[in-house]
Amino acid sequence: MGVEIKVEGLTKRFGSQVIWNDVSLTLPAGEISVMLGPSGTGKSVFLKTLVGLLKPDAGSIMIEGRDLTRLREHDLYEIRKLFGVLFQDGALFGSMNLYDNVAFPLREHTRKSESEVRTIVMEKMDLVGLTGAESKLPGEISGGMRKRAGLARALVLDPEILLIDEPDSGLDPVRTSYINQLFIDLNAQIDATFLIVTHDINSTRTVPDNIGLLYHKHLAMFGPREMLLSSEEPVVRQFLNAQTIGPIGMSEEKDADELAAEARSGQELPPLPPIPLQLGTSDGAPRRGERPAGQWCRDNGITPPPGSFHSHNAGVPGVRHTEPTAPTEPAPTEPAPTEPAPTEPAPTAEAVRSS
Amino acid sequence: MSNPAIGALRQSGSLFALVLDVIRSLPKRPFQTKEFIQQCWFIASVTIVPTALVSIPFGAVIALQLGTLTRQLGAQSFTGAASVLAVIREASPIVTALLIAGAGGSAICADLGSRKIREEIDAMEVLGISPIQRLVVPRVLAAMLVALLLNGLVSVVGVAGGYFFNVIIQGGTPGAYIASFTALAQLADLWTSEIKAVIFGFIAAVVASYKGLTAGGGPKGVGDAVNQSVVITFMFLFVVNFVASAVYFQVVPQKI
Repeated sequence: MGVEIKVEGLTKRFGSQVIWNDVSLTLPAGEISVMLGPSGTGKSVFLKTLVGLLKPDAGSIMIEGRDLTRLREHDLYEIRKLFGVLFQDGALFGSMNLYDNVAFPLREHTRKSESEVRTIVMEKMDLVGLTGAESKLPGEISGGMRKRAGLARALVLDPEILLIDEPDSGLDPVRTSYINQLFIDLNAQIDATFLIVTHDINSTRTVPDNIGLLYHKHLAMFGPREMLLSSEEPVVRQFLNAQTIGPIGMSEEKDADELAAEARSGQELPPLPPIPLQLGTSDGAPRRGERPAGQWCRDNGITPPPGSFHSHNAGVPGVRHTEPTAPTEPAPTEPAPTEPAPTEPAPTAEAVRSS
Repeated sequence: MSNPAIGALRQSGSLFALVLDVIRSLPKRPFQTKEFIQQCWFIASVTIVPTALVSIPFGAVIALQLGTLTRQLGAQSFTGAASVLAVIREASPIVTALLIAGAGGSAICADLGSRKIREEIDAMEVLGISPIQRLVVPRVLAAMLVALLLNGLVSVVGVAGGYFFNVIIQGGTPGAYIASFTALAQLADLWTSEIKAVIFGFIAAVVASYKGLTAGGGPKGVGDAVNQSVVITFMFLFVVNFVASAVYFQVVPQKI
């Protein structure tokens, strides 16, 4: 189960404006990948291109040996049945209640009886915690509920590939944690290939198996989670640690003068924070894409930042983490509040998170 | 984008592409019966009353003009004949077209446009369902059917309004008015009128759907799309009406 997506040299322009150029990556089958990027770098466009809603100007997207960019319309509709997509606002059909929304793909694509449809719909509604809201219209519920209903609808046809556009925008931190846990559990359960587009660093550091970063019209880096979290590459480092120091500026990239001024003033990126443990399934069952903590670093001879792989929220901006003095002590799952917090929390972390 | 001429060409190109897509999707199964009936009902409900209210004064104006004109020419006995001809051949399809485009088309465009900006259309495509087959085809067929029926309504109301004004207000002879109906008009006029109305319904719905499906840029984009769809449809309708009338006079032999 799960399908590999191989993207080769993908380029997208709107008129003369290049959105991104020559993006090549492989989303491994059955693994969770996150696509990151500053606002306006075309993350959503990338996602829409992957399902064939937008045609790229160059490059190929190979799924099950077929190039999605060259498929005829009829075949495109066929191959889309492999996909489940959660759009930013859920994209529910406004004229139908939640039940009919979730039942819609089943009624259109399967010959299941109404009672079978009901069983499946109720199961998925329960999965996303929406039992009891079946008869509500999308206009009557909150953004978070719409998002969860959209997820239920994306799941009813048991997709091989799940594309998720900003699952955490408009959700409170607790619901975000729940939905992240849901993704991990779902991945273990249905073994689909996940691609999550987001700019929530907290989720990015703990959820995925792979991380990609779109920046300045190209794919800056794509690889295993530990590779990016231990990367010294300025853009990756700045973004994953939510810093103002680095090549990314407020509007787009900083120009040479600004960077030179930054270098002269002696400002430096703070040391890499420890890499957190990856979020596990809630029942502890292993996922196919899961690898032992620190495996990638050991295999590639990289020394992870001190204190890595000890807790689930180490290095999350805004969260204080313990001084990495005693890495041998048993890993606390939560940092004790009494412990001193010598590592200053990133000064801009709050501002970035709330923006 | 740089060259407005190229932009206009591209727009009309994609509009005709949509026309072809719609025609190609027409025979595809399953036919969306429920959506079709709902849309028929919806379009009829927003157009019937305004159409009737517009067609009464329209028939009356024609009757007034012709009543005066025929008296000046000394051809009072042909008042009925001429007014029926004017109402059925031109007035009725045009009134139908204006109402279908103005009331029905704008509603279709606003509906599809708001679905588009809420990403519902994208979601539908991703779920493997063609929005053209699912949403556009039933709307186009509904607009065509309602236009056909409305045209009948306008003809009846228009002729009745003409009769009322000529006979009651201007003191014409009821018998002469009705008896002269068939002096100039023939059955082909009615057919032409209905065919025109069906074509107008098709154009109005396709243009509205096209503008709705390509709406962008948030709620303001939908407003702009509705506005443009009505303007473009009107321009199309009058051109097509002229062409259809010209073809009619070439194809159908006239009486006398």
